[in-house]
Amino acid sequence: MQKIISEINDIVQDEALGKGSIIPYFEEIQGRFRYLPPEALILVCEHLNIPLSQAYAVATFYHAFSLRPKGKHCMNICMGTACHVRGSPQLLDRLETKLGVKAGSTTRDKLFTLETVNCLGACALGPIVVIDGEYSGQMTPQKSDALLRRIMRSEEKEQRG
Amino acid sequence: MANIISPVELDPFETIQEAFKGPDHPSITICGGTGCRVLGSEKLSEAFREEFNRQNIQATLDFDIKTTGCHGFCEQGPLVVIRPSGIMYAHVAAKDVPEIVERTIIGGEIIDCLLYMDPQSGEKIEHEQDVPFYQFQQRVILDLNGLIDPQKIEEYIAEGGYTALQTVLSTMPPEQVIDEIKASGLRGRGGAGFPTGYKWELCRKQPVDVKYIICNADEGDPGAYMDRSIMEGNPHRVLEGMIIGAYAIGAQTGYVYIRNEYPLAVKHLREAIAQAETNGFLGRNILKSGFDFSVGIKLGSGAFVCGEETALIASIEGRVGEPRPRPPFPAEKGLWGKPTNINNVKSWASVPIIIKRGADWFANIGTGTSTGTMIFSLVGNINNTGLVEVPMGISLRDLIYNIGGGIPNGKEFKAAQIGGPSGGCIPAEHLDVHIDYESLSALGAIMGSGGLVIADEDVCMVDFARYFMTFTQEESCGKCVPCRVGTKAMLSTLERICNGEGKPGDVEYLIELGEEIKRASLCGLGQTAPNPVLSTIRYFRQEYEAHIIDETCPSKVCKGLITYSVIPENCTGCMVCLRDCPENAISGEKQKPHQIDVNLCTRCGMCKSVCKFDAIMVT
Ligand SMILES: Cc1cc2nc3c(=O)[nH]c(=O)nc-3n(C[C@H](O)[C@H](O)[C@H](O)COP(=O)(O)O)c2cc1C
Ligand code: FES
Repeated sequence: MQKIISEINDIVQDEALGKGSIIPYFEEIQGRFRYLPPEALILVCEHLNIPLSQAYAVATFYHAFSLRPKGKHCMNICMGTACHVRGSPQLLDRLETKLGVKAGSTTRDKLFTLETVNCLGACALGPIVVIDGEYSGQMTPQKSDALLRRIMRSEEKEQRG
Repeated sequence: MANIISPVELDPFETIQEAFKGPDHPSITICGGTGCRVLGSEKLSEAFREEFNRQNIQATLDFDIKTTGCHGFCEQGPLVVIRPSGIMYAHVAAKDVPEIVERTIIGGEIIDCLLYMDPQSGEKIEHEQDVPFYQFQQRVILDLNGLIDPQKIEEYIAEGGYTALQTVLSTMPPEQVIDEIKASGLRGRGGAGFPTGYKWELCRKQPVDVKYIICNADEGDPGAYMDRSIMEGNPHRVLEGMIIGAYAIGAQTGYVYIRNEYPLAVKHLREAIAQAETNGFLGRNILKSGFDFSVGIKLGSGAFVCGEETALIASIEGRVGEPRPRPPFPAEKGLWGKPTNINNVKSWASVPIIIKRGADWFANIGTGTSTGTMIFSLVGNINNTGLVEVPMGISLRDLIYNIGGGIPNGKEFKAAQIGGPSGGCIPAEHLDVHIDYESLSALGAIMGSGGLVIADEDVCMVDFARYFMTFTQEESCGKCVPCRVGTKAMLSTLERICNGEGKPGDVEYLIELGEEIKRASLCGLGQTAPNPVLSTIRYFRQEYEAHIIDETCPSKVCKGLITYSVIPENCTGCMVCLRDCPENAISGEKQKPHQIDVNLCTRCGMCKSVCKFDAIMVT
């Protein structure tokens, strides 16, 4: 905890972020922790001298910010129009059943976070799934099963040491 | 004004051009657009370099190996084009590289199996310029995308880049620049199509010293990615347009507001800004003209409404991105209360071209009221997906069949959705419509920012309308009641219809509510949100009625209205679907027809997609 607070403090003190807007701070913190810890909201507000309600409004308005920690692996399914007409809803269905969570949430073992995004700008290759920053195009439910299996296998390996 | 216009020294151009080998220098260009990267193009440039080293031929052949921006034909990626001849190879993998070097680069031979095959004629096509996808386009803004390395300013300059800026700063007073843009007839490419020159003039005339310009690169329409490709593939052209605009308007600072989801575009833009500063195109005393201008980048944090200009301004100021009523327009009171001019990426990128080639030249492309070219992302159920640039006024049929190569798998065309969540759909009976601002709005669609999604017979229009409503409902910022509550009410009605619980009168209710939301909403989001629903009702009312009255989904999409079953005559009992069914709803023995338990079936369609024997029926 102490470590998180000191890291957040470093970000808050970063002169390069300017003192104008809260958003660059949140971007930095979200980038580092992949979510905005409650302490971060408080520290940033103290630093910029703004009410916490305002920070909360900004944090909940923009999709890029999350107030809950994410799982080890992030799966992002494109729900843009091009991907939609090529079958991304079936893909999402499949992943939701396989992982046992709805889009926007994290599995209980904190291994996966399932999310959706509206267009990644690679529409020609839809449906697109991004796993931990890596894009896979022309996805099918079968291919997504295979991807999941691969991650599971490497997780098992890791656990066994 | 006279003191601003002073002779410009030429040296940044001369020194750069000397160092550069020129556009006709033999090169291997590898598409580095996001699409091709997804397909593995990043490995290719490495592979070519390694192969050149291995064969030790760099010195004798003197080929440049470069990664360019998006070529547009994403479907066929990764694309490799060998210049100057223009030999185009599609779907290139790293393992093909040694053969390309051996046979094509050294041997001058064409490798048949790597060529693109035209799906309509079945012919293999050797050169990029002969591929129908490119042949019918008119690439004005995207012309350099496949030619230059976007990370090198010298390549843009070698193709005549920044000369428009030089002309403007050395010979044209700001008013003349504005007149030129007005004369070109350029209309904003961000959606509404407001004449750009007039907008600039309004901002210029404000009696305030501090002014801003903004490049709107939020590209919120899901299904459109041309703004991304321009920024990735030719960021300097956007910057040049912005510098010229700032000079004409009298702004000192500019911002590019760009989506967080576009990391590569952000990277290229950052590099481009730094290079432009180093070479005297940005910063103080630009090209020794006395004009100062700087550009900063602001990242969007993922909210569709932030593409709306007043919300975008709020977001740059660090607030929640909620729009506010206009007037005052941003041109009067914008960023931090100062006059601000906002244009879309494509609008800015058109500016240097208009200056360089002349307003008349630009105005001659397209139709009387819609001049120039428009870039569409042609996606969905279409053979040739990718980015296409066409003159305004082209017919939808030409776009879909000549450039797009028609609908895949022998399916029927059903509708073209144009303008994204604010737009509408165009049905088959209007395929001959000319794509210009007026004709589209007469049909209940809009030009939008260029998303063009093709739907084939398997797309259910009610479900499609529900999809867009889900999007706008989620993206509604909640500030005004008609949009916040109205979109929810429309969505829940559509959901009911899709679930087979529609009632007579639902369609009339959707129309009434939709018209009201359009009339009463605060910003463009709400004012256009009902469009996809209203336009599908206009052209596909019978599909709505089939859902409500006959309780069927004609396209077999809406889960509440369909059942999956096995056709016993076709089923070989191969057990594949039985194993793949996520709900274990399929039972049966090996080599005997299987059965689907309708109570367990969630209609996910997995069985149909894995069955090799056409033995699953949807009714
Ligand atoms: C909900 C909504 C979203 C918008 N999204 C974008 C966008 O992503 N990109 C864009 O350039 N303009 C977008 N616009 C239009 C802008 O408000 C503005 O009109 C445009 O950037 C002006 O540039 P132009 O004159 O060059 O078209 C959007 C408007 C609305 C109402
Ligand atoms: S719609 Fe999925 S990448 Fe654009």
